[in-house]
Amino acid sequence: MLNVALPKGRLGETVYDMFERAGFECPSIKENGRKLIFENPEKGVRYFWVKPSDVSIYVERGAADIGVAGKDILLEYEPNVYELLDLGVGKCRMAVAGPKDFFDDGEKTLRVATKFTNIASGYYSRLGRDIDIIKLNGSIELAPILGLSDVIVDIVETGTTLRENDLEVKETILPISARLIANKAAFRFKGEMIEKTVRGLEREAGKQ
Amino acid sequence: MTDEKLLKNEEKAIFALRGLYKKHGYLPYKMSKFEEYELYIQNKDFLVSDRIITFNDTNGKLMALKPDVTLSIIKSGEDEKGFKQRVSYNENVYRVSGSTHRFKEIMQTGVECIGDIDVCDICDVISLAAQSLALISDTFVLEVSDLGALAGILKSCGAPEGKFTEEALRFISGKNAHDLRRLCERGGLSAENTENIVSLVGTYGKRSEVIKTLKERFGEDAVKDLETLSELLGKTEYEDRINFDFSVVNDMSYYSGFVFRGYAGGICDGILSGGQYDSLMRRMGRSSGAVGFAIYLDLLEQLADEKDGFDADVLLVYDDSIDSAAVLAESERLIKEGFSVSAQKTVPAKMRFRRTVDMRAGGERKDENA
Repeated sequence: MLNVALPKGRLGETVYDMFERAGFECPSIKENGRKLIFENPEKGVRYFWVKPSDVSIYVERGAADIGVAGKDILLEYEPNVYELLDLGVGKCRMAVAGPKDFFDDGEKTLRVATKFTNIASGYYSRLGRDIDIIKLNGSIELAPILGLSDVIVDIVETGTTLRENDLEVKETILPISARLIANKAAFRFKGEMIEKTVRGLEREAGKQ
Repeated sequence: MTDEKLLKNEEKAIFALRGLYKKHGYLPYKMSKFEEYELYIQNKDFLVSDRIITFNDTNGKLMALKPDVTLSIIKSGEDEKGFKQRVSYNENVYRVSGSTHRFKEIMQTGVECIGDIDVCDICDVISLAAQSLALISDTFVLEVSDLGALAGILKSCGAPEGKFTEEALRFISGKNAHDLRRLCERGGLSAENTENIVSLVGTYGKRSEVIKTLKERFGEDAVKDLETLSELLGKTEYEDRINFDFSVVNDMSYYSGFVFRGYAGGICDGILSGGQYDSLMRRMGRSSGAVGFAIYLDLLEQLADEKDGFDADVLLVYDDSIDSAAVLAESERLIKEGFSVSAQKTVPAKMRFRRTVDMRAGGERKDENA
């Protein structure tokens, strides 16, 4: 049985549809209810929904054999897993954003609000820029508006939230998309099943 | 309950592995718990984590609780032509755990073969690694890679040394073909070279098949060492469990040549890690070569223990009205009959027993849960 951790939410639903089209369907997953685990013994798969940022933990620790996580999560937490496939969905970008009239002249320590402290500090350390990281857990866009920070480092999908709050993208750090990840030991012991899943999903990812 | 059942998985493994290493001529090596901090700071990239527990010795010298065993073993010793020092160890090391970000004591066992080593020694150590895994789990696999072959192939494909190669190795170790392809394309490599480099991610598995694929793509010379090793491994006991996989990548500034990682069924991470570390020997001022491996015994906790669900077979309850000699005699009698006994003056709420002998009531009653 292949244990698959899917991220709760819209991305997870898109990804499950890809698994389904690739031949690993599990109809019970679409039933409304409070079940947490969905199984299709015929296809040898078991799905469960977890918080998107937790997928890599489930996979790294072997509770899930494979899972789907955004590249942002993989870069932030650097889990010890294999990254087998770019699924080509959930596309967005990690960017530096700030008020339209803000210009970083480099004179002062830059105050950066973000959920992604590892990505942000890595980015600015490569630039050699001194920053003050302010770790927030949500509503990051508020920080520069209220003067808590100069800029934010966050995921930008369409940019609507930024525009509506008079913010704009200053720099793109890197493009993000959903990735199929696998536990390193599971890759050895359930290799055939994982490879079959990768081949099926590869075809689906090609259509995105 | 037999005596062996009392042993934890890691204790059983230590016992079995010690016997195995002795048979193969590896002498036990006991080292001090502490080392001078300087030893680690000079080689901090070799360590899994650069966070080390330090303290000042009585003479003011900055000391460290060992985060690693290999450095302590190779820091001294003589390089003599034809001679090999074979040692086995079983030591606690102190590292920051990746998941909790706090220091953890990790029980590590392993072997090192240091000196004038050749491919025979490398094969022997890899075979010993496979035999060690066989003692730990019925289902195991050992993945071997050749950093020399990997570096040669990357170079022949026009991969620039330095940051590019570093990143390429990171993607190969993560089996990340998509980002590796993007890196090659960004680096201006030709379509053919890109395809060849990306193909390394998908080249793993049975040794003979990997060699065949590599020969077709990169020529005979690229895989000469791998082929020699594979033939030698073919004559060892668990040869069908030893595969080739380039995703096993260790830091090239310390490791060179063959590196390997072992996985055991039921354990979510690689439990054995090893390889040739000639480059580290050079950095330590030694002229000879070395190969060895370590097994992370703390991971054995993930294997299910044979538990019976009880803390003791019999709960012996007594109170002050009972003669102490009678309590001891009753306890002794039960132990002689083969039961484990816990004598208490009350019925402990959080402990589980098969049955209760209540001396207060002067008789025996069956526990409801038994």
